[in-house]
Amino acid sequence: MDLKTRGVEPSVAERSAVDTVLGTDTSHRPHDRIGGQSLRARRHLLLPTLHAVNDRVGWISPAAIDHIAERLDVSPAEIHGVVTFYGLFSTTERPTRQLHVCVDVVCRSQGGVREHDLPDGARPSPCLGMCEQAPAAFVTEAGEPASRTAIGGLSADRVAELAAGAPVPQRRRPATATVPQSGDPELVLLRRAGRSDPLDFDAWVADGGLRALEHARTIGPEAVIDLVDAAGLLGRGGAAFPTARKWQAVRGQAATPRHLVCNADESEPGTFKDRVLIENDPFALLESMTVAALAAGCAHGWIYLRGEYPGVEATLIAAIERFRTEGIIGTDFDISLRRGAGAYICGEETAIFNSIEGFRGEPRNKPPYPFEVGLFGAPTVVNNVETLMNVPSIVLGRTSSNRRLFCLSGAVAAPGVYEVELGLTLGDLIGLAGGLRAGSELQAVLLGGAAGRFVAPDTLDLVLDHDSVREAGLTLGSGVVMVLDQHVDLVDQIRRIAAFFRDESCGQCVPCRVGTVRQEEVLERLASGVRQGDVELLADIGRAMTDASICGLGQTAHHAIESAVVTLGVFRR
Amino acid sequence: MNEIPVSIRSEPPVTVTIDGAATTVAAGTTILQACGGRGGDIPTLCYGDTITPKNACRLCVVEVEGSRALVPSCSRPVEADMVVRTRSERVDHARRMVLEFLGSSVDLSLTANVAGWNDEYGVDLDRYGADAATVAQPVKVDNDLYVRDYSKCILCYQCVDACGEQWQHSFVIEIAGRGFDAHVSTEHDVALPDSACVYCGNCIQVCPTGALMPTTEFDMRAAGTWDEERQVVTETICGFCGVGCGLELHVQDDTIVKVTSPEDNPITHGNLCIKGRFGFQHAQNRPG
Repeated sequence: MDLKTRGVEPSVAERSAVDTVLGTDTSHRPHDRIGGQSLRARRHLLLPTLHAVNDRVGWISPAAIDHIAERLDVSPAEIHGVVTFYGLFSTTERPTRQLHVCVDVVCRSQGGVREHDLPDGARPSPCLGMCEQAPAAFVTEAGEPASRTAIGGLSADRVAELAAGAPVPQRRRPATATVPQSGDPELVLLRRAGRSDPLDFDAWVADGGLRALEHARTIGPEAVIDLVDAAGLLGRGGAAFPTARKWQAVRGQAATPRHLVCNADESEPGTFKDRVLIENDPFALLESMTVAALAAGCAHGWIYLRGEYPGVEATLIAAIERFRTEGIIGTDFDISLRRGAGAYICGEETAIFNSIEGFRGEPRNKPPYPFEVGLFGAPTVVNNVETLMNVPSIVLGRTSSNRRLFCLSGAVAAPGVYEVELGLTLGDLIGLAGGLRAGSELQAVLLGGAAGRFVAPDTLDLVLDHDSVREAGLTLGSGVVMVLDQHVDLVDQIRRIAAFFRDESCGQCVPCRVGTVRQEEVLERLASGVRQGDVELLADIGRAMTDASICGLGQTAHHAIESAVVTLGVFRR
Repeated sequence: MNEIPVSIRSEPPVTVTIDGAATTVAAGTTILQACGGRGGDIPTLCYGDTITPKNACRLCVVEVEGSRALVPSCSRPVEADMVVRTRSERVDHARRMVLEFLGSSVDLSLTANVAGWNDEYGVDLDRYGADAATVAQPVKVDNDLYVRDYSKCILCYQCVDACGEQWQHSFVIEIAGRGFDAHVSTEHDVALPDSACVYCGNCIQVCPTGALMPTTEFDMRAAGTWDEERQVVTETICGFCGVGCGLELHVQDDTIVKVTSPEDNPITHGNLCIKGRFGFQHAQNRPG
């Protein structure tokens, strides 16, 4: 390949931002004897490099793209394709402050500013994973140093002030507010919520940290997998695949090195449990990953964290550093942190590979499955944060993995993350969150997020376990329980869900790329009056997306809308 | 691909049931290839003989027993005891919708077979309304050799793959943007002469919709003089160098109007360089 660039030098700021990731050694050039290959082997640093430039100058200029192209021996067109894939990047110059205001399902039901009412200087954002503090926003301020801040409890007036340049508040919400159960001795996954400084390593060890890893090293990989199998641990990312089988499958592959990817790209609207887990117990996640890597025989661990979680990122960076200092990781097994850049699809288990590798985050064709051909073409385990967090207590003897997190949001008295034993009813769960707010009457519940389904008030006796939920044609998904009261406009909600999927479709396959657009168009028509054939057309569009899309995004992009039409009868009223 | 897949581990042949009939094929064969052997008629759009299938259009989907979603026949290898249905109400519905989604958003006027498929699958484009979003946009004419009309682009990825790692290794074009805004683009959408394009035209060769077209053909179509009925295709060998690439000269009224390369040519697989594909003027310079 002959790189062709325009010969425009990057600015000093751009060059130094690139150097922070790629280093200052430019002795290898693309046409050295080994140059091109050694440069291209670092393509997985493309996304961190783009972040470095975007953090420093606020956008990614043609000169910066050309410069990165030369540093990595990747064509400018490919880098342009990657940059334009992500919602948090821009290829045109923009103000250093970017105010991303959540306009998604939870925030808009909680008085958040709608997309058309946003002041100049603010841009609409999909769900920011701050639903218990709705309405929320995310502010980035490019510079040296850059700042990135998630803000909850935002009034329309505050949005206007922030858009006009007001200082960004830096306050931390107490963990007990987000985890109302904190301190409950029954808690397993959330046991350390609110207990002490999450980054106090000695306190964590004194509280039982590292015991699971030590035990795992004593009993060996096969025994660890047996324990996880016996506990019946199922994936918490939405697909509920048996974790032990995944680990065993990767362990059985001849190819090395193998990879472990922790999927922390939590972007399902209404979901914030992984954020809360990591904020409260970062060392436990790292310990869990180390145990998982031991079991499946993985040499490299990756945490792919969504870009809108700056607090979690800072916590993880500190925790990983401490683990290295303590010698727990860094020799046989090490963990790298990757920051997403605003793309829901990158939570898909193969899109996450492409994103880490420095390509557009498009899902791959399956088969081959990740356990045989995954990250960098090697056997790979992909586990969700909550799945991994179950591991230590299972290794230490907990015989069942029926505890599970739910994200309660909307019109409940105490929104937050709740840890429960599966088997309680939906009504019990809402009761745990204090029931409905005073003055609220239940209109519907969105179960499982935008990729889940709405249920009617007569579903409160639904038993929340995998079998009952499946029999009812529903999904626990990522544990979203969004409660909608009588004030919520359901048609507005499903139009937002349609817009979400239209925005987040990667565009690779026709059913999803065009189907999500057509779905939104038909809903717009239906919102202004039911026209002959449109309800049938909507169903046809949904069926095609569900049946024929490449990945789970397109396959679930109609579920919530279908349930609103069929179960709640939104267009029959 | 045209080649019969050769398994390094020489796995035994696989027996599958397609539309009720048992078929035995080599391991690694795709469902589409297995069906082709039976004279099957699975429609394809983004599939090309010389590029690894991206299975992006989803027109070739079939039902595979035990699979929750439909399966792209162009890229799914057969597995032992697989039971495949190439036509069913469910398959036909998905194909109809893919054709409606594309027909309502993209100009398919130069895409082969679409009219017949539209009849076969009962396509109704009117139900999307006059305001349905499309990819309509001006034709990009920025060089003398070929034009890019992305109003006709179905995003099959074949040009990107032909320009990139599968054939030319120039990496001049890539998909940019996301969702319905996804489009084929050079870096910063610069004109081709400002990009690294070497004008091999291998992207034109693989384009299934006429979105990429030699300027000769584009101009003649605009003038209403393009007439494939009057064209004769002559196969020859390119004389510019010693590689021996196969050429197909498309001749209308004693004038070369387009050059392609046979995709089953074992040397070129349909690929050429700028000289083979566009360097034909000297052959028809006539005394003045």
